[in-house]
Amino acid sequence: MSTPAERATNAFKEQIDGPIASYLSSCVHCGMCAHACLFYTETEDPRYTPINKVEPLRRVWKSEYTFFGKLASKFGLTKSVTDELLKEWELLIYDACTLCGRCSMVCPVGNDIAYMIRKTREGMIAAGYAPRGLKDATYRAVTVGSPMGVKLPALKAQIKHVEKDTGLKVPLDVEGADYMALLSSMEIMNFPEYIEALTRLFDKAGVSWTLCSEAFEATNSGMQIGSSDIEGELIQRIVDGAEKLKVKYVISPECGHAYYALRWEGPNVIGKKYPFEVVHILELLDQLRAQGKLKVEGKLDQKLTFHDPCQIVRKGGVVDEPRRLLNMVSSNFVEMEDAGVMNWCCGGGGGVSANERAEPLKLTVFNRKKSQLEKLGVNTMVTACANCRINLEEGIEHTNMDVEVVGLAETLAEHLAD
Amino acid sequence: MTPVEFLAWVRGPMFQIAVAIFALGVAIRIVEIFVLGRKQDLSEPRRDGVVPGIKTIFGRSIPDTGTFKRSPLNVVAGYIFHIGLFTTILFFVPHIELFHSVLGLQWPGLPTPFIDAVTVVTIFAMVVILINRLRNPVLKFLSTFEDYLCWLVTLLPLLTGYLAFHRMLFPYQTMLGIHILSVEILLIVFPFTKLMHFFTVFLARWYNGSAFGRRGVQS
Repeated sequence: MSTPAERATNAFKEQIDGPIASYLSSCVHCGMCAHACLFYTETEDPRYTPINKVEPLRRVWKSEYTFFGKLASKFGLTKSVTDELLKEWELLIYDACTLCGRCSMVCPVGNDIAYMIRKTREGMIAAGYAPRGLKDATYRAVTVGSPMGVKLPALKAQIKHVEKDTGLKVPLDVEGADYMALLSSMEIMNFPEYIEALTRLFDKAGVSWTLCSEAFEATNSGMQIGSSDIEGELIQRIVDGAEKLKVKYVISPECGHAYYALRWEGPNVIGKKYPFEVVHILELLDQLRAQGKLKVEGKLDQKLTFHDPCQIVRKGGVVDEPRRLLNMVSSNFVEMEDAGVMNWCCGGGGGVSANERAEPLKLTVFNRKKSQLEKLGVNTMVTACANCRINLEEGIEHTNMDVEVVGLAETLAEHLAD
Repeated sequence: MTPVEFLAWVRGPMFQIAVAIFALGVAIRIVEIFVLGRKQDLSEPRRDGVVPGIKTIFGRSIPDTGTFKRSPLNVVAGYIFHIGLFTTILFFVPHIELFHSVLGLQWPGLPTPFIDAVTVVTIFAMVVILINRLRNPVLKFLSTFEDYLCWLVTLLPLLTGYLAFHRMLFPYQTMLGIHILSVEILLIVFPFTKLMHFFTVFLARWYNGSAFGRRGVQS
């Protein structure tokens, strides 16, 4: 029986690749990544410097994958991964990183630090060092099919409500549809207006789509906790659902990490390419706009801004689409400082919002978004991620701000031309 | 050992030892990275990663405005130090003569008084960098023995070169010998430390730029 530290070490060894070796060889300890990280800027705790968070991974790289480190470890000159280290770093890796990737954009030697932190999580969870809340969410995702424990009957109940409100049919398990839409549990439970928005937008645009009763959950706790095995299992369910319904496209919902997991990590964790294309809802809506199939009327004249979900914009490449869409329905759209690929995280991404232990820290780092919003003086913030949205709403509530957070798809649906 | 013998030693056997350790060490470190390689990415790229990767190799030299505003000292002192260091190494006429004799390549040098001034400015920038490392909470926290060692072995060639040129501290031949020895120490320390970033920075930026680029973002 191996010890947790040995299990972590073995998992780290599996993760280390050329990019990681080049990153760790290049770091000059300049400290500039600290200033890109909201966990540092809002607390000024140097332990939260992004590159410091990969210390367990660095130790294994040094002693196992460098000739000189290997030599030094023979003489006991290198530091190894210990249980104490993992215990301490669990707080840095899971509570103080949202995998937002901002550090990866500023590192002067070009280190993709967020990539390394994601990889470090693989070793942490292999040794059992992960927060309780995230473990529970992952357990529910595997056993029930949703991190929040949402089951098919709950979705069916929401579908009924939507059908009653819109007078439209919400397609479920329609074989041969072009698009299979996915949802996040958060949308089913807290923001069913998203389902309504899809139904109305697709009806008007004549999109052939369906939901799948066996694969409607898009979120992926496996990616957040850092287990590519679990991530792959959850991705495979979506692939199976899409194959069964023979769809050409799978739509990732207004959720950041679901898109990153499905679009960019998915094929790699299941080890094969998809038989369908993944499209983010914002990309699809923007395509419909370009084809003239998305007709809206009336513009909001109140000042509003857009919060970029990190995994969709910086790490996903969907940057201009939300802006083009928002300008269709707003006459007073203003950008936050650092908007776009350099935008600041809401503070609750990467599994932080599922980790109750991290809540005080999460609310502290919300100050970053607070000061961005105060500079603009807006009362409406549009976003495209259910997790950002609930997290922003919590932060706004906690700091007694007067800002309403709305989803982009539903904002568009509200302005659909008859 | 007389000053003449010392000079002959640092120019002869010691130079060969240092260059051998440097070349072999660097080769091992680079090969180690390439042997690890990168798994094929099975996700459908938004665009090819090659052009964005190359762009990041160059583009990352220019900090984004937010970074510049948050750590101006780091950026400015870092720039001055790097440019100054390479100017003195590559454009001081006696150095060019050395490169010519070893590599067979030659290029025009810069006026000696200019190199002299650059050396002073570079040493000053390095002192600022050290003070910043000792005082800034993040840098202080991150810094290890290796960081201070690298600072020292990089400073010594600049300092001893300046002293030798101005015939200060020791007789010229002794000081020149010390200068050459300090460069040899730098070469020997190089492959074992973060000085490796001189080479690996291109790989790191490439990997970063191409990974972000295929997802549609210029990093």
